[in-house]
Amino acid sequence: MLYRENGQFKASYRADQQIFPILQDRVAIGLLLVLVFVVIPLVASPYLLTAILIPFVILSLAALGLNILVGYCGQISLGHGAFMAVGAYAAYNCHARIEGMPLIASLLIGGLASTVVGVLFGIPSLRIKGLYLAVATLAAQFFVDWACLRLPWVTNGSSSGSVSVAGLNVLGLPVESPAQRYLFALLVLALFALLAKNLVRGAIGREWMAIRDMDVAAAVIGIRPVYAKLTAFAVSSFIVGVAGGLWGFVHLGSWEPAAFNIDRSFQLLFMIIIGGLGSIMGSFFGAAFIVVLPIVLDGLPYWCGIPIDTATAAHLTFMIFGALIVFFLIVEPHGIARLWSTAKEKLRLWPFPH
Amino acid sequence: MAFFLETLFGGLMVGMLYSLIALGFVLIYKASGVFNFAQGAMVLFAAMAMARFSEWIPKWLGFDNKVLANVLAFGVALLAMVCVAWVIERLVLRYLVNQEHITLLMATLGITYFLEGFGQTLFGSAIYKIDVGLPKDPVFILENTFAGGVLINKEDLYAAAIAAVLVALLALFFQKTATGRALRAVADDHQAAQSIGIPLGRIWIIVWSVAGFVALVAGVIWGSKLGVQFTLSLVALKALPVVILGGLTSVPGAIIGGLIIGVGEKLSEIYIGPLFGGGIEIWFAYVLALLFLLVRPQGLFGEKIIDRV
Repeated sequence: MLYRENGQFKASYRADQQIFPILQDRVAIGLLLVLVFVVIPLVASPYLLTAILIPFVILSLAALGLNILVGYCGQISLGHGAFMAVGAYAAYNCHARIEGMPLIASLLIGGLASTVVGVLFGIPSLRIKGLYLAVATLAAQFFVDWACLRLPWVTNGSSSGSVSVAGLNVLGLPVESPAQRYLFALLVLALFALLAKNLVRGAIGREWMAIRDMDVAAAVIGIRPVYAKLTAFAVSSFIVGVAGGLWGFVHLGSWEPAAFNIDRSFQLLFMIIIGGLGSIMGSFFGAAFIVVLPIVLDGLPYWCGIPIDTATAAHLTFMIFGALIVFFLIVEPHGIARLWSTAKEKLRLWPFPH
Repeated sequence: MAFFLETLFGGLMVGMLYSLIALGFVLIYKASGVFNFAQGAMVLFAAMAMARFSEWIPKWLGFDNKVLANVLAFGVALLAMVCVAWVIERLVLRYLVNQEHITLLMATLGITYFLEGFGQTLFGSAIYKIDVGLPKDPVFILENTFAGGVLINKEDLYAAAIAAVLVALLALFFQKTATGRALRAVADDHQAAQSIGIPLGRIWIIVWSVAGFVALVAGVIWGSKLGVQFTLSLVALKALPVVILGGLTSVPGAIIGGLIIGVGEKLSEIYIGPLFGGGIEIWFAYVLALLFLLVRPQGLFGEKIIDRV
């Protein structure tokens, strides 16, 4: 009854093109922002922040980036863990080699470096399609893994590629305690989510979607595939690169190349498939699902008081995780975002069935 | 020159083994349009079953005959792979008909996690040995042509021979038997095959079982080389560039692609590797495949991809 758009008339184009055209949505989003920016940092325990919320926020950002490429432009990539690595290590190099480099500038340069690498490995997408492309993008993954281990200048000479950062601050404000790190990551996420939302509903986003739906037809009506595909790779790898920088700087603090290995790429892909391809909202749902699920699975035997040794528990976690993924794909191949929009449709008509 | 030949032979042997794994990918892709990421996990699972049952069966039945134990274990492992195939078709594939490629790909990734967890819960996670009696001593050949001759590992020779026999058998199976014809029909067109009365579900079980069999053979050979452990499932990642280089839909492509990748990898590691600081084996195959695809996007022998609006 409450969620109804009756009587909300649009008198201008601006009003008609809002991101959230329904008043109730705007109120809900406002409340949500207050909750995540004000209430959660005040009440959440450091464990909750560092173990769940910060990874969730940063991985949402990465999933968002990947979703632009896979969900909106239809180019499958299995190499996005590598782009995170490029972002993280490029940001680290700026941070370590240049005295007094602001954190934000480091992260953005990391994103730009990732963009360059992303476009480079995106060039094959102009000729290779579908599953061939998926496997070909693995080249990026293995190449970057190797570069971080073997090329000393990538890791500023540290052995085995493990690096660490400390004493972060943004514009003089420290980013040290869990709450501060959470807020910083969240702020970046909010800005990029807004940017991404506006990109995908603008001209460029419609070009991406046309390429995704059928690239030959899109080319026929005058969309340049080269431009559309490469911009998708560029935007996607930029966002993912920034997420990689955040993951290294804000979440891990010290890391090695294994933090961005092929499992990370798969994890990101899981997030967007389970969350929903081609949906900004879906990236958040997917990230939440993938971040929280292993923690719940790990804690379950402990909470229930079932004694189980760690090795068996780890294997069982693997099994349940795999089974749940398959189950989810079968039940809702379009992801949680589809359930969400179905629920909203139902809510608009409630209590009537039609 | 002798050193070059040694490297070349080494590459060919490794390539043959890559082909074995690549074959599993191609079989399943041809018949069901699924890019089966779980092939590596299947190799691991099969090898584990083989390794453990060859230990357990003599203990249970109370005899002490290595050959008999290996044969029985192979049979039981094969049975296990057929069960896996049946379960996958029954619980997963059946519900995902007509979904996007990427959804199916993700589903097989889910299967990968499940199989890895299941295998290690069932069989334990230590490193196991498979000993099927392949001779391990190296031999020298062409001693008259070169000083010192060319060193070849006998085990590799046997493995390559087994792989070659397997490929020949599969080719026969596909070309000459009724089931093979049905498989090819399904590969061509699901709907047309179904409309002339080929049961899709059964065909899928058969093809996944055959892929399981190939995985078992690959697992036994790799396992007796490297030992059966978790990293075995990563070997499958090495077979991916083979698959796309040869073409996703071509059995001969998997073989020739495997040989190219195997040789290219070894030669590049020896001759180009030092320029980059070594270890380029892990990405060289991928970059090679990538560059090759730029020229032929469908791989060496893949079906030409035709876009229609």
